[in-house]
Amino acid sequence: MRVLAAMSGGVDSSVVAGLLHQAGHEVIGATLQLYDHGATSARKGACCAGQDIHDARRVADRLGIAHYVIDAEARFRSAVIDDFADSYAAGRTPVPCVRCNQTVKFTDLMQLSADLGCDAMATGHYVRRVDGPDGPELHRAVDLRRDQSWFLFATTRAQLARSLFPLGDMPDKDAVRAEATRLGLEVAAKPDSQDICFVPSGRYDTTLATLRPDAMAPGEIVTADGAVLGKHEGIGRYTVGQAKRLGAASNMGQVVVALDAPRRRVIVGPRGTGTRHLQLRDVNWLIDPPEVLRCAVKLRARDELHPASVMADGSVLLDEPALPAPGQGCVFYQGDRILGGGFIEARAI
Amino acid sequence: MGNPSSVHTAGRAARRILEDSRDAIARRLGGEIVFTSGGTESDALAIHALGHNRRLLIGATEHDAVRAARADAEILPVDANGVLDLTALETALSGSPALVCLMAANNETGTIQPVAEAAALCRRHGARLHVDAVQAAGRMAVDLRTLGADSLAISSHKLGGPAGAGALVLAADWDGPSLIVGGGQERGRRGGTPAIPIIAGFAAAIAEPAPDLLPLRQVAEQAAIACGGIVLGGDNRLANTICVALPGVAAQTQLIALDIAGIQVSAGSACSSGKVARSHVLEAMGLGALAGEAIRVSLPWNATQADVAAFATAYAAMTARVTRRAA
Repeated sequence: MRVLAAMSGGVDSSVVAGLLHQAGHEVIGATLQLYDHGATSARKGACCAGQDIHDARRVADRLGIAHYVIDAEARFRSAVIDDFADSYAAGRTPVPCVRCNQTVKFTDLMQLSADLGCDAMATGHYVRRVDGPDGPELHRAVDLRRDQSWFLFATTRAQLARSLFPLGDMPDKDAVRAEATRLGLEVAAKPDSQDICFVPSGRYDTTLATLRPDAMAPGEIVTADGAVLGKHEGIGRYTVGQAKRLGAASNMGQVVVALDAPRRRVIVGPRGTGTRHLQLRDVNWLIDPPEVLRCAVKLRARDELHPASVMADGSVLLDEPALPAPGQGCVFYQGDRILGGGFIEARAI
Repeated sequence: MGNPSSVHTAGRAARRILEDSRDAIARRLGGEIVFTSGGTESDALAIHALGHNRRLLIGATEHDAVRAARADAEILPVDANGVLDLTALETALSGSPALVCLMAANNETGTIQPVAEAAALCRRHGARLHVDAVQAAGRMAVDLRTLGADSLAISSHKLGGPAGAGALVLAADWDGPSLIVGGGQERGRRGGTPAIPIIAGFAAAIAEPAPDLLPLRQVAEQAAIACGGIVLGGDNRLANTICVALPGVAAQTQLIALDIAGIQVSAGSACSSGKVARSHVLEAMGLGALAGEAIRVSLPWNATQADVAAFATAYAAMTARVTRRAA
């Protein structure tokens, strides 16, 4: 078949392109240009920089496949970077990788793959697509340390049906690097990408201060009943559940329980504060929505599983209280399978 | 091969090739030849030397070789077909002495500019005129004397010769500085040992008669129009260049789809990252969203009816696929 391989220039997606090519498919490599990388090109280790486009092209040359650089700068700016900044300014903690997957990759790039007559789009994500009785299912990767299923909860069933994730069955990253070496790819030893690709310094607060100065304007740290405990340097530096940067309040065992953006207030409460009720928006179901789904939910990318009941209207009842951060994802798991997920709404303050 | 500056036999042989090539190119273009590395250097040299201590006026659809040469250039507007606004030129010329840069024909649309009219205006106002004929040479009659310009830039590979050489054609000696002085080659106007083998290929290419590609271009255009394409740039265009927009479909999608089908076209001007950038030419023509939805189809000198038929088939297949998506 004809497959569009999304190639970042890293070892994972390079191996994807190589494996599909070796299996005899017609592979078309595509690398997204997400932003003007002039300011960040000196940085190693973050994805999507200029060096990465060069690497992707050299991998395609080595494999002997077609390769194109796709200009996604405008869409990435509006759908990912602006959303990132606006979320922080509104007191939410965004997940830019989910937004990027949801828009730039699994909407726009997938549309391009269809326009080019491709049968599927392949990515280097560590997840598994399992074809079940009711169509394709999304499952966690074999290598749970690398599992990226949480970041793909917004992938629709129609998108899943056109997706290939050849790395989901890999036992570990060493095996992927070994494949890269076997395929003769120079990126075999390239370091993993980390952090948020468009934050050049690795310090998101510097980026945020440029994009949305209001998210970095000073304000008060208060308790739920309004007692002022200290000052802060911008609500964009805080996320619900955080115990750092609270000055004296940290020593009092306080954590952030809410962010009041209009009044620029960081609201703290005693450690152990939590809620059993969550409301989600933009829920993506990977099954026909049930009235009530018993499952385990993950409220952050690196979080334990919380047993819960999810209602069809996107309300969630946790068995035990937790402190979820608005803007993050709440992803529904049954064993290794992902059944859906949505974005956590802020509770009324 | 010898160095044309050497006194020995091999050097003389090399110099003969160099000077024979110079004469052949000069006969075609009607001026004194300074060999350069290509069109970009020729434009840069013209702006540096002829534009010394002068204002720089450039058309809005000029190539980046001209647009990027000087930060203080004044941009002259074009109409919806990309033709220079001569009234705006005349108004702009009323100030202090200027160098005007105008391309003979646009590289994205093939639109031919009113160079002779612009030259007359320049003469009347004591301005100089440099003509970027990189796209036009070999595809229409280009002669420095007929055009009435002060200088002309051309490039070997655009004529079908090897890449790596170009020329600045001069009506008269200049009084401005050189970009590269070096060993004093090209009578001190461009230092550095000339690339003799490439220059010989350049001269051979310019001697080739231009084929009449207009009938093939019209067939290709009709095929694109039948599929919903909109041909841009007006009627007065080079015989080999088609700029065709497909509303609602990004240029990069069209370009890749056609490439996969074996048809190699381009869009905008090539960016070093390889991404398809929005066309400043089409934006200057006021085309809005269409500026990101147009491709350039260039017919090579040896294009055949079979090539045009293959293009028509691939274009129809592409439009059918993206139209199904929109439905």
